Amino acid sequence: MEDTNSGAARHSLSLYVANKPGVLIRVALVFSRRGFNIDSLVVSETQDPRFSRMNIVARGGRDTLEQILKQLNKLVDVIHARDYSYEDVIQKELALVKIDCPPARRPEAFQVMEAFKAKTIDLAESTLAVEVTGSSEKLDAFETLLRPFGIRDMVRSGKLLMARGAETT
Amino acid sequence: MGDKQLTGAEALVEIMIEEGVEFVFGLPGGNAIPIYDALVGRKIQLVLTRHEQGAVHMADGYARATGKVGVALVTSGPGATNTVTGLFTALMDSVPLVVICGQSPTFVLGLDAFQEADVSGITYPCVKHSYLVKDVEDIPRVMREAFYLANSGRPGPVLIDMPKDISGKVLLDASPGEFHLPGYAVPREGEASAIAAAVKALKAARRPILLVGHGAAISGASREVRELVEKMRMPAVSTLLGKGVLPESHELSLGMLGMHGTAYANKAMVACDLVMSVGSRWDDRIVGSYSDFCRGAVKIHVDIDPAEMDKVVKVDVGIVGDARAVLAQLNPLLERGDTEDWVKQVARWRREYPLSYRKEGKVRAQHVIQELRALAGDKAVFTTDVGQHQMWAAQFVGSEESRNWISSGGAGTMGFGFPAAIGAQLGRPGELVIAIVGDGGFQMTLSELATMRNLDLPVKIVVINNHYLGMVRQWQNMFYDERYSGVDLEGNPDFARLAEAYGVKGYRITRPADVRRVLKAALEHDGPCLVDAEVEKHDNVFPMIPAGAPLKDMLLEPPRRKLEKPTGGT
Repeated sequence: MEDTNSGAARHSLSLYVANKPGVLIRVALVFSRRGFNIDSLVVSETQDPRFSRMNIVARGGRDTLEQILKQLNKLVDVIHARDYSYEDVIQKELALVKIDCPPARRPEAFQVMEAFKAKTIDLAESTLAVEVTGSSEKLDAFETLLRPFGIRDMVRSGKLLMARGAETT
Repeated sequence: MGDKQLTGAEALVEIMIEEGVEFVFGLPGGNAIPIYDALVGRKIQLVLTRHEQGAVHMADGYARATGKVGVALVTSGPGATNTVTGLFTALMDSVPLVVICGQSPTFVLGLDAFQEADVSGITYPCVKHSYLVKDVEDIPRVMREAFYLANSGRPGPVLIDMPKDISGKVLLDASPGEFHLPGYAVPREGEASAIAAAVKALKAARRPILLVGHGAAISGASREVRELVEKMRMPAVSTLLGKGVLPESHELSLGMLGMHGTAYANKAMVACDLVMSVGSRWDDRIVGSYSDFCRGAVKIHVDIDPAEMDKVVKVDVGIVGDARAVLAQLNPLLERGDTEDWVKQVARWRREYPLSYRKEGKVRAQHVIQELRALAGDKAVFTTDVGQHQMWAAQFVGSEESRNWISSGGAGTMGFGFPAAIGAQLGRPGELVIAIVGDGGFQMTLSELATMRNLDLPVKIVVINNHYLGMVRQWQNMFYDERYSGVDLEGNPDFARLAEAYGVKGYRITRPADVRRVLKAALEHDGPCLVDAEVEKHDNVFPMIPAGAPLKDMLLEPPRRKLEKPTGGT
């Protein structure tokens, strides 16, 4: 039989869930029971106060993720859970990065920032905090280029997903 | 619910009555007092147990024996944590339960109050769904949802954590509790394309096997299963919990398959060219090795739970739907198969490899069980505990009706059998209910002898007493160089005298010549009784397929060579 579970690709899941206490734990338990690590998780309000949105990025074999998806959909409080990894969807993430940046290195930093359409949000004597949005891959690349400066602090929002066109996520 | 103002606890009891609850099993404590108070004088019988685990297993036995929702009511903290094993047992075997736990008042939740435990947090992995009620106005809706969820789709336990201040508050709006569950769908019929694919595969099969699981029992598909096997001339095997869906006396029934299943069932699995599972989840106890399981055979899977599809065995055709509804779709489309050679072959295996055991020497457990089944007749309800006696019972208690066979399958919970028998007897008054238990498991819940005595329930307990945790001893004997570790139950009580201390008639079997006479006397005894059957200590259960091994590696008798340690779990 073909091995459809090899490799550990990143999967981007979107869940539409009841806005109730305990839902997050029920969802997290589906992953933790199989020893799965969640790379990022965003829970937020939706247009309807009865429901919340969860965006989850997790790494794993395709078959395992498919099974996890079925188990998520089985939860009474999960309205639907879908894997958007193989679909063309709107994807955005936001990162705040604080780097070591003495005045002499600022031009170099601004050059990198310009290429990524990043914004300065805090400028201090020896540090620079920047904000950047884009796909997770773009943010990864941005981080790589900033590494030589020395990254003091970094926080990322986690991936946000939305279906294209008239379709709802 | 009428115009009278009700407290939360009273509303809760009111809805239980409307939902048809006859019995509530449990043991009270401070935070459950308002609910116990509301039960006074109502037409629900409160069954006071001696331990909360017993309460949940009784509710479970009641549910399995009747198909109705079993209800347990316990208090917060240790009362609630004592239900965890029962919840897990019910979840693994898809048994409909509603377990209500008293909880500390909302204003001390999370503050380490006396007997306050995070019961939701502790039980999330052991329930189908759960609630922590924080507003008295939610009680009617939560109760309705709980009963609906417990016994619809794939059934399971639902837990309600009910803080004391909430159950004590007056309900302003006693409306009937309407609910809307947009994330919960109950599949019924299978998709037409999947049905067509299954029909095509079934028609092409020459050596088909039907694998009947608990789902077929739960959906009440006995008639449809029988129609299918007779119409197609298709032999059937069953899982431990699928026993009796097709009467085991039926010429096309091969009994239980798997680790301790019949040799002819397992031989048929190895040789089949198609296997259709109806309501089984390809458990490792029946599959052995996933990669070797029914190699080359077409696999069809009928299950109400989409998460079971391709979970452990990749199938060619998956049909999501209710077992009975799907079989009702399939049957009219099928015709007699070209299977006569296959049916004859299977019958040959049945003659060549019958279930057997050594009859000389001391009392044999199999002898006791076989005789018990013969004396009890086709209509008796049997419950079992977990271990060697359970497997021997599965082999020698032929079941003619699925609700007459009650055993802890997926969880393998020792201590289940006896309390489950109490629940079954309450649900099926006037019928003969027999608990076959081992000396190990029985001691985990035997305090419920007092519960049985109080209710004067005529349950017959048969202790298959080998003074060992026999199944573990068997593994250590076969795979661990006879290094026995933690299996000798030295210090067992005299069970017959112990029963007498509870006011339960005690019997003892010590010689083969006693078996029939003593069992007959016990079954004829008017009231509860216990039979302590002292059996051969060193018998192992055969056939056996070592855990994780392919079905073809089945051992029919004790092996002469040393065996490798099994690769599969327990």
